[in-house]
Amino acid sequence: MTKSLLTIKNLKKNYHTLNGEIEAIDNISLDVCEGEFICIVGSSGCGKSTLLNILANLETKSAGEINYHQKDLKIGYMLQEDALFPWLTILDNALLGLVIEKKDSPENIKYVKELLKAYGLAEFQDKYPRQLSGGMKQRVALIRTLATRPDILLLDEPFSALDYQSRLAVSNDVYQIIKKEHKTVIMITHDIAEAISLASRIIVLSKRPAKIKSVYELNLSDTLNPIARRQAPEFSKYYEKIWKDLDINV
Amino acid sequence: MSEVQKKFMRRQKGEKYLILLIQILIVGGFFGLWEILARHKIINEFIFSSPSKIWQTIYDLMLAGNLFHHIFTTLYEILIAFVLGIILGFIIAIILYELPLLAKIVDPFLTMLNSLPKVAIGPLIIIIAGARTKSIIIMALLINLIVSIITIYNGFLNIDPCKLKLLDSLKATKMQKLTKLIIPASYQTIISSLKLNISMSQIGVIMGEFLVSRAGIGYLIIYGTQVFNLSLVMSGILILIIISFILYQIVTYLEHLLLKNKF
Repeated sequence: MTKSLLTIKNLKKNYHTLNGEIEAIDNISLDVCEGEFICIVGSSGCGKSTLLNILANLETKSAGEINYHQKDLKIGYMLQEDALFPWLTILDNALLGLVIEKKDSPENIKYVKELLKAYGLAEFQDKYPRQLSGGMKQRVALIRTLATRPDILLLDEPFSALDYQSRLAVSNDVYQIIKKEHKTVIMITHDIAEAISLASRIIVLSKRPAKIKSVYELNLSDTLNPIARRQAPEFSKYYEKIWKDLDINV
Repeated sequence: MSEVQKKFMRRQKGEKYLILLIQILIVGGFFGLWEILARHKIINEFIFSSPSKIWQTIYDLMLAGNLFHHIFTTLYEILIAFVLGIILGFIIAIILYELPLLAKIVDPFLTMLNSLPKVAIGPLIIIIAGARTKSIIIMALLINLIVSIITIYNGFLNIDPCKLKLLDSLKATKMQKLTKLIIPASYQTIISSLKLNISMSQIGVIMGEFLVSRAGIGYLIIYGTQVFNLSLVMSGILILIIISFILYQIVTYLEHLLLKNKF
């Protein structure tokens, strides 16, 4: 049995607006184990992002518990957009998290330089974001997140700003990086295929207020890469089930 | 370089020279026509003056040793108002950004002050601050400051929320957000507000000099009007046109220099 990193118990979130109270999350419980790649799938506006924001401490919960089973469990957040600062070089962008946390020691800077080198960005480290492709920028954003050595990575639709082709390539890249660095991931997406190609476990959320509708432990081998996983015979089976669960009416 | 490219370059260059030539002809023609009309008494030289008389007036001022005193007085006032406007505008914009409640409270007052013709408060300023250079600078500040605050503050508000969220997720402090994101991201807005500010400072200084002054280009113009020396008035206007053109060019060059290789 792998080690559990955090447990969410009966989490609730209500928003207060002038037009009344809105229930965003209703009673979500979840156990996150080390090395897992959890994908949370749900239709847009169902409260997926709210869940990540609560885990990242950007929003407060209304009720329920989040238990961290490790002291100083470090959480890294990767956003929908790369959010690179155009006036900083790639290296300075990658170091941003460390600088903010005042941990830009020579040792940590060396670590970031190694990451940049390992993921094909070493020759770009003195360039500016505008000189890089969308996929490269997303890789820099991931390295910026990894630089602070988080235990859990939260990914908020990290590929949605990319076109389809780069999306496949970048999700493959990011997956390889995450597996190599042995990170635990919670990623949200509305792309079912993307979820199946990446995840070890998929959690389907209902429409708002978000509840857990179903959970799938994926039996595709973890060593396969995301593009190969799209060709696996089980792929379409999962796809069909999740599509039904999402119950999308147009 | 191919033949066609050479031809293209030649044509572009030719157009540039043509425009410059026509511009020189317009200026030359304007002054020439003015001089001829005045000499042949077709226009009243007493009211409209003439280029030769304007030149004579400027030359006399220079001989009397006054010309540069007037120019430097005006330039000095513009510079002080400009620098103060930028610094104060920047500081007040930061305060408003950091205190959203305050920003909401003062919003209607800022709008009111912005739409008020500031010259209307001029006489009041003279009574409060005295008939001194101080009044002129306050007048100019009143005109350029509100615009600076609003421009810079709006620049702050337009910062990408995604980048702010990133800093929030990294648990950045308010100070870090300000120095790492908000100020560098508004760099461009701040630089472009310089251009607006220099024009506003000039309007304010001339208006101030009209109301109260013992020296400066605005003083020359208002003094000329009072003694009905229209050549002096025209000289003042001409010098002012040249000053504002040069100042604008300097700020444009500064902007180019500060933004080069940045974005």
